Amino acid sequence: MAKKINIYQVATKNLLRKKTRTALTILGIALSAWVLISLLGFNRGYEAALNKDIDNMGFQVLVTAKGCPYEAATLMLKGGTGLRYMKESILADILKHPEVERLTPQLMAAIFDPNKGESGGINAYLGVEPTTFPAMKSYLKFKQGAWFTDPNALEAVVGYEAAELEQREVGDKLLIPEKNVEIKVVGILARSGTADDGTIFLPLKTVQKIFDKPGLITAAGIKVRKDANMAELENKLYDLPDVQVVSMAQVKSTIMSLVSTAKVMVFSIALIAILIAMLGVINTILMSVLERYQEIGIIKSMGAMPWDVFRMIWTETVILCLLGGATGIGIAFALSKITDYLIRRLLPYTPTGSLIAIDGNLGLITLGVVMGIGLVSGIYPAWRAARVRPLESIRSEGD
Amino acid sequence: MTPAAPNAPDTPNALDALNLRKVYKRGAEEIVAVDDVSLHVKRGEFVSFIGPSGSGKTTLINILGCLDNATSGSLELGGRTVFSADKCLSESDLTRIRRQVFGYIFQKFYLVPTLTVYENVILPFAFFKKPEAEADPMGILKFLGLDKRTNHRPSELSGGEMQRVAIARSLINKPEILLADEPTGNLDTKRSEEIGQILKSLNEKEGLTVLLVTHNPSLARIAGRTISLIDGRIAG
Repeated sequence: MAKKINIYQVATKNLLRKKTRTALTILGIALSAWVLISLLGFNRGYEAALNKDIDNMGFQVLVTAKGCPYEAATLMLKGGTGLRYMKESILADILKHPEVERLTPQLMAAIFDPNKGESGGINAYLGVEPTTFPAMKSYLKFKQGAWFTDPNALEAVVGYEAAELEQREVGDKLLIPEKNVEIKVVGILARSGTADDGTIFLPLKTVQKIFDKPGLITAAGIKVRKDANMAELENKLYDLPDVQVVSMAQVKSTIMSLVSTAKVMVFSIALIAILIAMLGVINTILMSVLERYQEIGIIKSMGAMPWDVFRMIWTETVILCLLGGATGIGIAFALSKITDYLIRRLLPYTPTGSLIAIDGNLGLITLGVVMGIGLVSGIYPAWRAARVRPLESIRSEGD
Repeated sequence: MTPAAPNAPDTPNALDALNLRKVYKRGAEEIVAVDDVSLHVKRGEFVSFIGPSGSGKTTLINILGCLDNATSGSLELGGRTVFSADKCLSESDLTRIRRQVFGYIFQKFYLVPTLTVYENVILPFAFFKKPEAEADPMGILKFLGLDKRTNHRPSELSGGEMQRVAIARSLINKPEILLADEPTGNLDTKRSEEIGQILKSLNEKEGLTVLLVTHNPSLARIAGRTISLIDGRIAG
């Protein structure tokens, strides 16, 4: 038999003495690691998803009728129903500015559908111009069909999720409640991961006619030239009567400031969770040291130096933190979709992409943080153990 | 196992203690646990210490075994001064001496319950290196009749077997002196005799210097010399 033994084996086996206590401590660390990596992932993922949503808008500035900026932001990102109208003639005034590369008008219309869901719901339709809108939203691909055949056609292009929800296919007829107008579905969009997935698009002229809004629009999306001065353009656009100018930077900062409150709260919870786990580690290791007081004394009488004992106890802490951290990171990866769902329920606005962006690098950072905290937590119990004097531990035996 | 070098006339004693005194303070009161003890132990000698509770046996053996400091006096091990009026070793130096010179056996066995018999025996090597072949753990386990129990855990052993594992562990660093403090205190008569025979055999066959503390007069009689302590002094 040539079996050898080292401090790491001894430390590992020591942890197996009280399996339940060890498991509970690992669980506590795992929960902290889960919260921490999810939070770091959220910090990264939310901003990336928001940027993606904004990039996918196809335009950098939105001009709407004067109103609440939050309402305007919602309109931009979710196609909401804060409806105020502008005259279509404003488009010509906007186009005069040299910073404007392209422009697309939009008319949002909403109507109550008594047959939607259990107790009815709002159906929203977005009127877009077939000549300018598809060019701005070049990322939109079709699952079936194509864009409208005519600017005045009674035709609809349905977003991926809207089509799934209503089980629509190309050739189906949509009935607009109250208006008693039937619209033919000519296209189903492929999934884009943006708000367009839940939208029903109609030609602008058709929406104006059906909803009796001739010459009116709710918004105008502007694609700005690359070298243009955005702030200058915004100032110029504010010279137009009764308009609200919303830039993507504004939208982003508004949403991020709303979210930052939630972030601070979650960071606080993470901090508390980490502190609790830290105390758990100290408690577990310290109890283990006190229970093995005599045994540690004997180990020292056999020739172990204080540093050897310190290393043995510290190793136990490291093992606990390594296992707890790895488990927590594993849980975070496995349950990232559930975490995403919970955060969506918590926040006032969430972008359409994945909110939790965790990867191997973030896993390593989290593990590093957990290990760092573990090493600090282990110092006191290890120091206590290193100070045990052999004589004190065995004195109780003799006279 | 290989026998220790015989005690040639010009080789130093295993242990020389001169005027050892140990005083504890309890509040204002001073308790003299060891009082002016001088002692010389030759290499390969088997000495037992006997005396009533509170006579200072354990305190004395702890001082001799470098587990405790004396208040005054001097101690030499194999001719090397451990402490004297003008020399006192640091805790690290004492630890190194404990590694090299002593093996300890106590009343309680202090085996690590999660380690096997073999792992408990080689446990000291987790903290300092000694070639395993030189230490020969299997040879020691065979000598103590534990070669069939190497993979068992302490909970699967009898009291006598556990104490034999503790003895094996104390021998793994090839000590010059074996200190046994009430090694049979937790064992029945039959197991106590077994342990006594093992100590005798280690002394006679392996030439190991053995210092034994016991309450048990029949166990003390297996030693070549018995020292009786009363009130911290050698009474005979």
